[in-house]
Amino acid sequence: MHMTRRQAIGLGVGAAALILAGPALTPALAAGPTADEAIKAFTGGAEAKAAKVSLSTPEIAENGNTVPISFSVESPMTSDDHVTEVMLLADGNPRPGVATFHFSDMSGEASASTRIRLAKTQNIVAVAKMSDGSFFMDKKLVKVTIGGCGG
Amino acid sequence: MFSRREFLQAAVATSAILGTAGTGAWRALAAGQGLMSEADLLKFPSMGNVSLVHLADIHAQLKPIYFREPSINVGVGEAKGLPPHVTGADFLKLYNIKPGSPEAYALSSEDYIALAGNYGRMGGIDRIATVLNSIRAERSDKVLFLDGGDTWQGSYTSLKTKGADMVEVMNSLKPDAMTAHWEFTYGIDRVKEIVDGLPFAFLGQNIFDNEWDEPAFPAMKMFERGGVKVAVIGQALPYLAIANPRWMFPRLSFGIREETLQQNVDAARTGGAELVVLLSHNGFDVDRKLAGRVSGIDVILTAHTHDALPEPVIVGKTLLIASGSHGKFISRVDLDVQDGAVKGYQYKLIPIFSDVITPDKETTALVDKVRAPFEKELGTVLGRTNSLLYRRGNFNGTFDDLICDALIEEREADIALSPGFRWGTTVLPDQDITVELLHNATSMTYPQAYRSEMTGKLIHDILEDVADNLFNPDPYYQQGGDMVRVGGMGYRIDVRKPIGSRITDMTLLKSGEKIDPAKTYVVSGWASVNEGTEGPPIWDVVSDYLKKKKKTISVEPNTSVIVEGV
Repeated sequence: MHMTRRQAIGLGVGAAALILAGPALTPALAAGPTADEAIKAFTGGAEAKAAKVSLSTPEIAENGNTVPISFSVESPMTSDDHVTEVMLLADGNPRPGVATFHFSDMSGEASASTRIRLAKTQNIVAVAKMSDGSFFMDKKLVKVTIGGCGG
Repeated sequence: MFSRREFLQAAVATSAILGTAGTGAWRALAAGQGLMSEADLLKFPSMGNVSLVHLADIHAQLKPIYFREPSINVGVGEAKGLPPHVTGADFLKLYNIKPGSPEAYALSSEDYIALAGNYGRMGGIDRIATVLNSIRAERSDKVLFLDGGDTWQGSYTSLKTKGADMVEVMNSLKPDAMTAHWEFTYGIDRVKEIVDGLPFAFLGQNIFDNEWDEPAFPAMKMFERGGVKVAVIGQALPYLAIANPRWMFPRLSFGIREETLQQNVDAARTGGAELVVLLSHNGFDVDRKLAGRVSGIDVILTAHTHDALPEPVIVGKTLLIASGSHGKFISRVDLDVQDGAVKGYQYKLIPIFSDVITPDKETTALVDKVRAPFEKELGTVLGRTNSLLYRRGNFNGTFDDLICDALIEEREADIALSPGFRWGTTVLPDQDITVELLHNATSMTYPQAYRSEMTGKLIHDILEDVADNLFNPDPYYQQGGDMVRVGGMGYRIDVRKPIGSRITDMTLLKSGEKIDPAKTYVVSGWASVNEGTEGPPIWDVVSDYLKKKKKTISVEPNTSVIVEGV
């Protein structure tokens, strides 16, 4: 009934090439642009419609140091119509760039999971670039609390 | 003055065909008040082929208790003004309950002290057993008894036995399934030890191993009742790893996990379930939102926020049931399920008036047995109060005012913080404060009363953070619980504002000075979720304080929190 994480890796994540954001790999983000600037650079100014991308994040982070996030993008993933890249951003971190995932029509599906550190309550943004040059996005607020007194 | 056995009608019942929300049926019953007996309390217009019996948030209260419902329970966003965010006289008006009646006593804070004198304690697991036995005798193979969690924690004996007293007594009542919250504060090893020996299902579709992101406990169980296939899906408190110490169960992750829930509901339907029940510990507002977003759930048995509602709240085709806390009520829902759909229901929130319902002898004997090793300590008198000591309410409770006074005096602090728990029983004026009653308000596995220095800014940040857990307009960001209680400091709160700007005018009460963000204050509190917190257990702090007072204490009404935007 449940697809385990190991199975998920076998199916989806394993097929995507992951490039972590960082000075060595993505110099464009290393200089520290804001999330909006990074999105603009990624899309070349084109509008990213709020559709097709589904971000899955916890509503409230259980541990801000390692927050599990995953995304999937609706696409037939054919040679004519597939996702080429998905950029993940954390708009409230000192460096908003998280990672850019590269896909091809051989990827099978455009989905991936990772864990990120969040400095404070902020939005996670996923922007997908399609093979026809169009862009889609999703955004989710993740709350990072000081510590609860619930009960 | 009538005797406790000659009750006015306290049956709190409703019936309707699914989809017609409304208070009419219940109003008619409430209006027809007459003398009442145990038989009346148990009377129920049986229907259909399945009976769900729901108990939640008993917080280890085996014996009858006093518990005053909140006088303030602010709803925000879409929940503003809706049950359960209706209290006091407004609540009585909404449900057409006669002031002074048994149901007014059971369900509201109105005239609590006088009515407590008339109607006595509520709850008691042996009375609950009587009601359960009666339903089972009547409905035989149609009954599912479901425990919504917060069962093993909240009393002296549950702490001393690490939940074993509750497990033994609950096992004797033969629940069909449970879910959890405070259970996990005994630590993952203890939970596993107990769950391995449970003769029924421990469910949580949202409890995952955080390393592999795999389910850590079964999500659901299928039952057959009255010829109907019933799927019960468990949902533990989504915020366990935030609201309680994560280090006690470091490998677990929770969360609402809406998508997984939808998959589980769909799998239940595909697997032939004709009735899908969510045994939830989400809290009422979270469940209300969830009911509108996850399809295919027939009944959500809510818990966590301790709301007692005399009628179901209906969202789309989903019934939301709120069964109260501390053993004051159990809920019975009869459902007529035909061709895989609910055709009708009857509901009754059954108030457990301890003086009206005859205790079940076997259960009484079992309760006596598990308490016997501790009877001497339980009854030890620490002091006496001439004020009502209660906890529930969004901002203050006199029991927490007492705890804050003790923290300030015993720990030599400027400011005291007491967490906004919703568990803890009520002490009447001119009642002795015993070890048992103090533990009912403090019993937990991380009780250390810390003393530390905090800047004014940090104190403000903490208050803002907790306020957002309570007053975020999106229920999915609400953890449950009430506002952290503050001693030694006053403040103003505007619940409509966003995080960071709700709390203003923080004032140190002893000097009348405004709190300086840059200045350092000595703060004492308890129940920190941080590992390695040091200090004496909170019950020792309060106990020492009471012993030094050597006389009856009184707690004046707290006027230091000014609430706006309600």
